[in-house]
Amino acid sequence: MKELVYDQLKEKIYTETLDNGLKVFLLSKPDMVKTFGIFATDYGSIDQTFTPIGKNEKVSVPEGIAHFLEHKLFEKEDRDVFQDFTKQGASANAFTSFTKTAYLFSATSNIEKNVETLLNFVQDPFFSDQSVEKEKGIIAQEIKMYDDQPDWRAFFGTIQSLFHEHPVRVDIAGTVESIEEITKEDLYTCYETFYHPSNMTLFIAGNFNPEEMMKQVKDNQNAKEFADTPSIQRSYPEEPETVATSYGKIEMPVTTSKCMVGIKEKVAGLSGRELLKAELLSSMILSHYFSKSGEFYEELYENDLIDDSFHYETDLDRQFGFTILGGDSRKPDELAERVKEMLHQLKEREIAEEDFDRMKKKKIGQFLRAMNSMEFIANQFSHYHLLGIDLFEVLPEIESLTTKDANEFLKDWINEERIAVFQVIPQQAG
Amino acid sequence: MKITKEKMLEKKGYRLHILPSKKYKTINIVAKFKSDLKKDWMTKRALLPMVLQKATQNHSSPRQLQSALENLYGTILSSDGTKKGENHVISFRMEVANEAYLNDQTPLLEEALHLLHDVLFNPKTENGAFDEKIFNREKQTLEQKITSIKDDKMSYANMRLIDNMCKEEPYSYHVHGYPEDLEKLTAADLYEYYQTFITTDLLDVYVIGDFDESETERLMDKYFTREQSSNDTNITQNSTTPNIDESQEIIEQDELNQGKLHLGFRTHTTFGDEDYYALQIFNGLFGGFPSSKLFMNVREKHSLAYYAASRFESHKGLLLVFSGIAPNDYDQAKTIILEQVEAMRKGEFSEEEVEQTKELVINQLLETMDSAQGLIEILYHQVLSGHMIEAEELVNNIRYVSKQEVIDMAAKIELDTIYFLTSKEGGAQ
Repeated sequence: MKELVYDQLKEKIYTETLDNGLKVFLLSKPDMVKTFGIFATDYGSIDQTFTPIGKNEKVSVPEGIAHFLEHKLFEKEDRDVFQDFTKQGASANAFTSFTKTAYLFSATSNIEKNVETLLNFVQDPFFSDQSVEKEKGIIAQEIKMYDDQPDWRAFFGTIQSLFHEHPVRVDIAGTVESIEEITKEDLYTCYETFYHPSNMTLFIAGNFNPEEMMKQVKDNQNAKEFADTPSIQRSYPEEPETVATSYGKIEMPVTTSKCMVGIKEKVAGLSGRELLKAELLSSMILSHYFSKSGEFYEELYENDLIDDSFHYETDLDRQFGFTILGGDSRKPDELAERVKEMLHQLKEREIAEEDFDRMKKKKIGQFLRAMNSMEFIANQFSHYHLLGIDLFEVLPEIESLTTKDANEFLKDWINEERIAVFQVIPQQAG
Repeated sequence: MKITKEKMLEKKGYRLHILPSKKYKTINIVAKFKSDLKKDWMTKRALLPMVLQKATQNHSSPRQLQSALENLYGTILSSDGTKKGENHVISFRMEVANEAYLNDQTPLLEEALHLLHDVLFNPKTENGAFDEKIFNREKQTLEQKITSIKDDKMSYANMRLIDNMCKEEPYSYHVHGYPEDLEKLTAADLYEYYQTFITTDLLDVYVIGDFDESETERLMDKYFTREQSSNDTNITQNSTTPNIDESQEIIEQDELNQGKLHLGFRTHTTFGDEDYYALQIFNGLFGGFPSSKLFMNVREKHSLAYYAASRFESHKGLLLVFSGIAPNDYDQAKTIILEQVEAMRKGEFSEEEVEQTKELVINQLLETMDSAQGLIEILYHQVLSGHMIEAEELVNNIRYVSKQEVIDMAAKIELDTIYFLTSKEGGAQ
């Protein structure tokens, strides 16, 4: 067991890669009452085409299957795993993203038992035809719930405008039609390929003794048999650098239009640290110009092009990256044009030393705020780990950024061919 | 139990709550202003925090104020207005990085407090009115907020349920206010109301984080003093509950894919009541967790919904059930939900389940208390209810709830209104 000490943050992480390949991280927080555990696999909605373990040929599985599998892991032959956590005073949850599936619990008592339950239920699948059928109705309602949410539709519409082929453009839950096709055999195929311990990480943060916890996890894993560490063959289509469609819109029963501007980010060939640097710089620059203290925000707000719903985000991954800005607008076309112009202007901007210092301070404050949350730490640590980034090195990384880095980034960031606009507009009457 | 201890001090014009805790890397300051719920005030109280948070005499544009916050390591300032029972609460929340984690000597907390005081007590005005430009822009934003409530079907259905259920009660007043009131409102009117607000609302200020208690108190004394002209607002408005002769069923149509089925019950129980703890266990068994009857029956057994849950309002005595279903499944879903209430009344749950639910409720409470903002919300219940119950006591009282008390609670709960928001084509006709 290794100890990683982060003096400035006053935190310590214990880590070990077990014999079966599982990577374990423990963060001891004795002041907290709560313990939070997350067991995540490097498998998400984009992993749709791959070579199943023990086979030689690629298969493509129905859209939404990673998410479907996440739902079904909670159901066992004789019981529902939620009940097991309930009996132990814990609350459990799970989520599926583009690149990850994660199972989590939080508890203030029975920590050892809950860790045991987390490891065991994820590593003991039970899928039957009947339970697969039953889940289709539930997930269909989940999909329909999202269909009625204009913000979600605007977000996904933007992603679909940005990407031609890459499965990031497929809704994480799939469609009502695609999930109809899912069979229990498909679920086992995906499970066996992507849930090997060597493809997974376990992160536990909270109030426990790290030595004892590590021993418990090891004992649990050593008692189970796993196949030899597989090498997973995933396959993704060739994706052009340019956007699929530079403008798209849908009509919905909304009172106010929504307008999003998407930037397709270049991530090809970026290593962990470079990826982190790009993510930090783009979020700091967006925040400098487009947060409430920014000159662009001020102009957009005063001209009634945006309101409080205006937001921006950057998501960079190994396979894809995007930045999205936008929100509700009474003048969606004007907003789109103006934001695009502003983004293009950035190329000619030169950030002053003094401004960059303020940007760094803001980012540091934001990071410290996020570090109050064990959920954030556990989720983000696991996410970054898959990208080769150490969450606890983010603070020194921010401190080491220079004005020169920012200005170089600005010069090369925006390109007309990598921008798309997507709008949700009120349905025409009749 | 590592629950952060609260120290409460009477200060000039407000109550100060100091909560030293090593759990956090930031310091949270929350100022809560409480008044009665009055229909005439709703629009003003919705707009007021939006305007205040935009500029002060010293930081005279939104951008200047935001830059000042940003200079303090991206200190966050936010505000909101909510209904808590028949009270209206405006909260200003500030979160500032703790100096201890920075390679910098700026006295962050001191500067942040100074800034917060400026926002609350020193707004930007001209000729006895708020700044016209800021006022008009925020007015527009609020107008948009009011019209777009309809875009979020879950909140809209919830609002319509309360509109119908609490028709005769102040609790039905809309938290974002009313378009007709907003239209008439001027920058001078709002400033006039501000003067009432700032002197007569009951103010509680919470400071939580890893700091030296006496130093924090000294800073508060330096920056936070308030001229209070009257003291008659310390009385919490008691919630009124009408007698229900018969429950009502209301169906409305809208453009949507998924129908929203919301049910409103009267619990006749509020924070501080002896059976408030039994209500929490009732809610846990009935619809508060994935192990509850609603989740297991509406979702797991009949695959009718992705979500089916319940929650209670601690100061108004309401229990609300909400679920998203296919429009055609209305009758079946409604029947199943009401059957679960019946099952609760008949005591169709085991002692063991009661014990487990206690653990879950306690777990939830302790988790909330681990978060700075969460703990403040829990502690503020005391101010709202006038019952001084310590955090630790809240947890302990849950342990004493018996199965019979949960059954008694189930018997006490009355169905008031069933509300269904469905598609234009479908369902429930």
